[in-house]
Amino acid sequence: MASFWTFVWPLIVIVAAIVAIIIPVLIGVAYLTYAERKVMSAMQRRQGPALVGPLGLLQPVADGLKLFGKEMVIPSGANPGVFLFAPFLTFVLSLVAWAVMPFGAHLVLSNINVGILYLYAISSLGVYGTIMAGWASNSRYAFLGGLRSAAQMVSYEVSMGLIMVTVLLCTGSFNLSEIVLAQQTVWFAVPLFPMFVIFFISILAETNRAPFDLPEGEAELVGGFFTEYSCMNFALFMLGEYSNMILMSAIAVVLFLGGWLPPLNFGPFAPIVNLVPGPIWFALKIAFVLFFFIWMRAAFPRYRYDQLMRLGWKIFLPFTLLWVIVTASALEIFGWLPAVVP
Amino acid sequence: MIVENLVFYTFSAILLVSSIMVISARNPVHAVLALVATFFLGAGLFVLLGAEFLAMTLVIVYVGAVAVLFLFVVMMLDISFAELRQGFLRYLPVGGLVGLVLVVELVLVELHWTVTPKVLDKPAAPIPPSDQVSNSHALGHILYTQYFYLFQASGLILLIAMIGAIVLSLRSRAHVRRQSVAAQVGRQTADAVAVRQVSTGGGV
Repeated sequence: MASFWTFVWPLIVIVAAIVAIIIPVLIGVAYLTYAERKVMSAMQRRQGPALVGPLGLLQPVADGLKLFGKEMVIPSGANPGVFLFAPFLTFVLSLVAWAVMPFGAHLVLSNINVGILYLYAISSLGVYGTIMAGWASNSRYAFLGGLRSAAQMVSYEVSMGLIMVTVLLCTGSFNLSEIVLAQQTVWFAVPLFPMFVIFFISILAETNRAPFDLPEGEAELVGGFFTEYSCMNFALFMLGEYSNMILMSAIAVVLFLGGWLPPLNFGPFAPIVNLVPGPIWFALKIAFVLFFFIWMRAAFPRYRYDQLMRLGWKIFLPFTLLWVIVTASALEIFGWLPAVVP
Repeated sequence: MIVENLVFYTFSAILLVSSIMVISARNPVHAVLALVATFFLGAGLFVLLGAEFLAMTLVIVYVGAVAVLFLFVVMMLDISFAELRQGFLRYLPVGGLVGLVLVVELVLVELHWTVTPKVLDKPAAPIPPSDQVSNSHALGHILYTQYFYLFQASGLILLIAMIGAIVLSLRSRAHVRRQSVAAQVGRQTADAVAVRQVSTGGGV
């Protein structure tokens, strides 16, 4: 029996930890849609959702229940297997990445050595959900949306990778917890501020958010790659998109805003800010980045496709490449290179 | 150990099935998707071996970039697989030969290790114990010291390939309207608008 429990007990612990991560993420997703509508309505001097529950707080629940009740439609010319697999893939990929996210000191499900590469790999897989959905729908609009999305996500991933390289140069480790701990003196958003700005714009493009929401540009493509989706398949895409937004904000927080570390951690402020536990700071910082996501959507018009490609390849890519060289040279010249295990 | 073996055999079984699907699927898009699954499971096997850096690189480079381009091309081009299959018997001997050479190489290496296990004690570069040095550090250490020139050479080859691809695909077409952001931003009111006194019925 003892050997049986040595296998089963860790399994129970891991499953419990996974549930403890996924439930808050899903609640966050639900209320992110609510927050988006409320913030945008405030910016546009409207009321936003206000009828379901107090202040409209039950609106996400009502939306979810409504989507459950809809009819699932599979277009006759569609490729059913791929058609049904695409939203599932998008949703799963947006959740598995949370496995390596450090929520606090030692508070991480899987503290792997190559955490940042894992996140990069998972986010580069995200394009398959979109391109498969676009192809399997057997519709012109969906196909064009899928192709646009594939080109867009591949383009912006390159500069995102180079930005991660600059951060890695400053930390000397792929491990996310070590990246956060390397920011104890100063958050990387300060010395690498241009990289932070470009990273933020790149994650807007990577999650297909406005002003880069061309894959679903309703003006020319109806609904883009999910034109043909209905019911829970559509809901899975929406959940995946918003969960990806939270995930990308979390990556930005870990790389540039000091993860779970409290702000103003010096002098008289230190005892006060340390009263609040790390995971709360982490969540607050994610919410701060997410507010910018919503603000961008309310403030900027959609990019034209050639402008999007020009920005990605002709401006971000050379600039980040140059900045990698500048950072590496500065670290080498001033002797700031992190100590590396032999 | 039991769990590891179980995971290994599951991964390998699905990997073999999906790699057979790559060459047998009727729909080219399904073939590419099976190829993606194959890469992904290959990365899983790397993780089981403790080579997490290689696993992540495999996913990032092959799944995230190369296979996306494959999928792109296969979806865009109207490839008729029936036509491609016509040459199957003609190319079978060549393909079979290449496959045979690869199998023989694998068997030779494996045999070498089994027959003379001492050769494992004398590798070209000593493998540091994995509990002291993470394999990204170990790989970087070898690449940037012992094999530095070869590493640089492979970088140069990739650069040449990139320049070649650009040269082959770059063509300047007439009648393409391009946006010049600098010209748009640098434009002044005086360059764009002219105020004229127009006499009635005279026209500009």
